[in-house]
Amino acid sequence: MRLAILTDIHANREALEAVLADATGMRIDRFAILGDIVGYGPDPDWCIDKVADLQARGAITVRGNHDRAIGVPDGALNAQARRVIDWTVDRLSAVHKAFLSELPLTVTEEDMLFVHASANDPQDWIYVTNENHAMPSFRVSKARLIFCGHVHKPALYSCDLSGRVMGHQFGYGTGVPLIRSRRWLGVIGSVGQPRDGSGLASWSVMDTDRNELTFRRVGYDSATTARKVRSAGLPEALAARLVKGF
Amino acid sequence: MQIKPATGLEIDGFTLGEKLHTGGFATIWEVTHPLYRTPMVMKVPTILDGFDAPTIVGFEVEQMIMPRLTGPHVPRVMGQGDFSQMAYIVTERIPGASMWALAKRAPLPIDELIEAAARMAQAVHDLHRQHVIHLDLKPDNFLQRPTGEMVLIDFGLSRHDHLPDLLAEEFTIPMGTFPYIAPEQILRQRGDLRSDLYGLGAIIYHLATGKMPFGEPETIKQVRQRLWRDPVPPRALRTEIPEWLQEIILRAMEVDPARRYQSAAQMIFDLTHPMQVRLTERAHKLAQDGFWTVWKRKRAMKKVKSLGAPISMAGQIDRAPILLVAVDLSPEMETLSHNLFLSVKRMLIIQPDARVACVNVIKTARLGIDQTTDEAGTHLHVSRLVGLKSWADCFDLPDDRLTYSILENTDPATAILEHAEAIEADHIMMGARGHSTARRFLGSVSARVVAEASCSVTVIRRPEKRRSEEATEVAA
Repeated sequence: MRLAILTDIHANREALEAVLADATGMRIDRFAILGDIVGYGPDPDWCIDKVADLQARGAITVRGNHDRAIGVPDGALNAQARRVIDWTVDRLSAVHKAFLSELPLTVTEEDMLFVHASANDPQDWIYVTNENHAMPSFRVSKARLIFCGHVHKPALYSCDLSGRVMGHQFGYGTGVPLIRSRRWLGVIGSVGQPRDGSGLASWSVMDTDRNELTFRRVGYDSATTARKVRSAGLPEALAARLVKGF
Repeated sequence: MQIKPATGLEIDGFTLGEKLHTGGFATIWEVTHPLYRTPMVMKVPTILDGFDAPTIVGFEVEQMIMPRLTGPHVPRVMGQGDFSQMAYIVTERIPGASMWALAKRAPLPIDELIEAAARMAQAVHDLHRQHVIHLDLKPDNFLQRPTGEMVLIDFGLSRHDHLPDLLAEEFTIPMGTFPYIAPEQILRQRGDLRSDLYGLGAIIYHLATGKMPFGEPETIKQVRQRLWRDPVPPRALRTEIPEWLQEIILRAMEVDPARRYQSAAQMIFDLTHPMQVRLTERAHKLAQDGFWTVWKRKRAMKKVKSLGAPISMAGQIDRAPILLVAVDLSPEMETLSHNLFLSVKRMLIIQPDARVACVNVIKTARLGIDQTTDEAGTHLHVSRLVGLKSWADCFDLPDDRLTYSILENTDPATAILEHAEAIEADHIMMGARGHSTARRFLGSVSARVVAEASCSVTVIRRPEKRRSEEATEVAA
């Protein structure tokens, strides 16, 4: 099975469209969306509809902190993010809100675990940003492969037979064999708001037959998204960061 | 539950036969599978009691890298298993002994050794083109197919440019085989393809002299000495070694990677064009460097942590390309050959490390006597060579980066294409003679080269010529 893994779409329609177009022709059998469908971006309703549509066709979907924040006062969100959430709430229908509130925190399928942030205490939204922060996920889960988002920078960690956790370099577009003598944690970069210095949308393909994970990047019309952010009256910083990817 | 390999054991459809080899880290078994008719072998890592990290990680590296390698210079992978039951890799079986059998007979006859060296370099170049540095080159890790190609085995220390390097942070000791390991590997640099060129140099040294360049060091301290101590020059051990071969060996074994060959293709080029190897003081050396030189080097090397920035593979192969330039020297083509000259010159500005191989083709009669055997033929050959050299004179390149060949063939396109393959050319530059009626029927040389070459081709035309003018031209 070839599984397309997307995360942190953040209401960015242009980026999601570009990723879905990139996925066409890559023989994708199924999708997994690791949360944060909304927040930061100007097209939350369109993005929820799209994800709901993918879910109806079998996509795995989990909830992110921004999805949860819809309708729930969340002290952990910064002021900027909170402002966008309040703006988003007004635009969403009851159906959209219900969709977000029904998303599970984690999904386990076969030897894979899907979660938005760190797998230990997923409701605490802990960032997996280094080897020490990757360790607890391996500890709480028995899954051989763990996929998460939340960080907005793609990364790959492994846990060897002795329990040691290592971060790895990887190239885009080359399938990394997730060899079975280790367990692996893939942090999938963000579709709608990349923060690793590249303005390209991130996503990944997990080929379970070949046992390979491929990180991908794809360009999208970020200028249009930025324009929409501005005309919606959302914070200027959220528009600017899309183009530069920081 | 771990299974131990044994004759008769069946796993994932493979049946183990006889044990062929017991090595330090693995055993090799003959295996069969009802679906495959190719002779195959299974490599099973020997895991010591407890957690045997180096063996396990080395095996993981092989499992990552080997299945993505293709071509005649690597064994084809037929299956693999993980540590849950019994870790293994099944590959096609390459009949015949390793180069170690050859090394045991060293010193080898010069001709035999050069051929083996060129073939080994070919295998290494093929590996580098697939973004992998071997990092453990030694005679044992080269097998030879009955068809002649060398096959590289044992990728436990290898590094793939685009894949995680499981070994990078794992171990703090240098990894490699001490007699052949490159100086920068001793400093734990794992990203430089020129480490493999050092290894090749050390192997050729061994095959040529019968001695390993630094003996068989046993401690890290002893291995480190090659950072400042130079090996005994091969010609001091065996006088019949030609100077050009010593030049190749010692250049490949330079301590500073920047002073070595910059790609395996460049080394192949020298091994196959001995008369064009530019001799430096390396070629003439007959004794190791003196005490003071070595002492000064040792002092300088004491605090060295790395030998320059490692260069990425794709980047390096691009940076040091081999440019084949096919020149037409006939007088009526003077403008065209001048335009070609200018284009090559421009190319050398953006590719300052390129090597230029100039060729000129003598078209021989389809049926008839070989022209070079008679006096007129020799005369033609020499005069073309003189013409070619004078054409390339103003490139102002050092001799070792500029070579000349006169090719003879009934078909000029075939001659250029075959030569490009032989020298591993990365780029062909040539002129197009024009659009005559005759050419339309007979086919143009450049069109065929463009269509059939496996590398990039640039075709130069005379800018001032118009189609209408050329239509009246007669094909040569």
